[in-house]
Amino acid sequence: MRNGLLTTTTVAIITISLTVFLYLILLNVLMDSTVATLEDKIDITVSFKTITPEDEILNIQRSLQTLNEVREVAYISQTEALEIFKERHAGDEAIIQALREIGDNPLEASLNIKANRPDQYAQIAAYFENPVLGRYISNVSYAENQVVIDRLTSIISNINRIGFMATVVLVLVAGLVVFNTIRLAIYASREEIGIMRAVGASNSFVRGPFVVQGIISGAIAAIFSLFIAIPSVYSVNPYIAQAIPEFDIFRYFLTHIHLLFIYLLLAGVIVSGFSSFIAVRRYLHG
Amino acid sequence: MIAFQNVYKVYNGSSVALEDASFQINLGEFISLVGKSGAGKSTAISLLIGEEKPTRGRIFFGQFEVNKLKDRDLPYFRRHIGIIFQDFRLLPNKTAKENVAFALEASGRPQREIEDLVPQVLDMVGLGDKLENFPNELSGGEKQRVAIARAMVHRPEVIIADEPTGNLDPFHTWEIISLLQKINQLGTTVILATHDKDVVNSLGKRVITLDHGRVIRDEENGRYILV
Repeated sequence: MRNGLLTTTTVAIITISLTVFLYLILLNVLMDSTVATLEDKIDITVSFKTITPEDEILNIQRSLQTLNEVREVAYISQTEALEIFKERHAGDEAIIQALREIGDNPLEASLNIKANRPDQYAQIAAYFENPVLGRYISNVSYAENQVVIDRLTSIISNINRIGFMATVVLVLVAGLVVFNTIRLAIYASREEIGIMRAVGASNSFVRGPFVVQGIISGAIAAIFSLFIAIPSVYSVNPYIAQAIPEFDIFRYFLTHIHLLFIYLLLAGVIVSGFSSFIAVRRYLHG
Repeated sequence: MIAFQNVYKVYNGSSVALEDASFQINLGEFISLVGKSGAGKSTAISLLIGEEKPTRGRIFFGQFEVNKLKDRDLPYFRRHIGIIFQDFRLLPNKTAKENVAFALEASGRPQREIEDLVPQVLDMVGLGDKLENFPNELSGGEKQRVAIARAMVHRPEVIIADEPTGNLDPFHTWEIISLLQKINQLGTTVILATHDKDVVNSLGKRVITLDHGRVIRDEENGRYILV
């Protein structure tokens, strides 16, 4: 392992593996964020007939909030609904005029409900099939959106599952690559190890320098990998921002750089050190 | 003090390297272990130093029963033996001094002791002026002398030389053999495995002859007679 070229190659390969590992972490964060964004776009809006007393709506809001499936319930009163409507149609004289002529507020109050998970909307929608509530409810948006909601739910769970499996596989592959690289490097030192054993060196005396070298290689590779990641994530950022505008991956990277570096360091040191330990073992017998 | 008792070594179920080998070597003896290539000399040595285990039989070295030693005890056992090889087996990126010192470092001796002993023992083999040379700067004979110095440095009871002159010309061969004789005169047991007829016959020491894995002759003042 004293061979300079061999050591450099080993560190280079560990660096590549760690960089892939880092990209995987960022990819997972990106996926989680995308999924959260998608989930957030799903909701149910329940509109109440204009005869409905506000207390009744607020009661319903309170009981909804007690449900486990419900994350939040926003109440939009008739007055607020009118304001929103006026803003949306600010330039349209005909509509403003029509409103003035009607006099009363024709818009309905509504509750906007978000669930904890997309697969829970069906249960929440079922709550409104209760005939007692039926006299107040004008419309539940779930029915119209059900197909879309179901498809989104299924896409999301697929993304999660595939993402997880891909991550596991790639991490294993990266780990194996490092292990084999180190095994090769130690193979190159097999004669030296043999001499050490012939001369009466104990196992830990032989193993020590190799494990230490493995750990140092892992640590150096972690540092290099971080330096490679900075410009590469920066340059990829605009493309990702186009696809997923809500998430600034470079900023996430910078704000979490300490944590990410610790992950890299731990991964590099543990995999390299452990690989060295195992790889030397086969030369320590007999 | 060293004893082989009915030792067999069979590889892959059918290749017999040693068959019912029995002999005893006492403290201070100089033994030549002879035979053609493949007769079993290297196998016998490999079993004696615990690098391999016998298929059957027992091997004793002082208080150690070598065939029963665990892997983790081997390094401590090996420190009672000095071994030299046909291909010298020096560490290529250490100087002569560092190569010899390494044997002491490997057994955890303090630095001061190492700094005292190493030049002494290199002097003893006649390499006092080559302490800082690397193996690739030394002749074959010099490399083997460094190897002997390394083998001697922790004052082992036995020196085992496995074809030590195989890669040397006649002049250097005699240099090494004389050195081994000198070491033996100072009290160290020497086991010399060789197929060099001239060396064996000129020594006039005990000769154990192996052929196809069996001990066929064991004589004081022996000669190497080709079968």
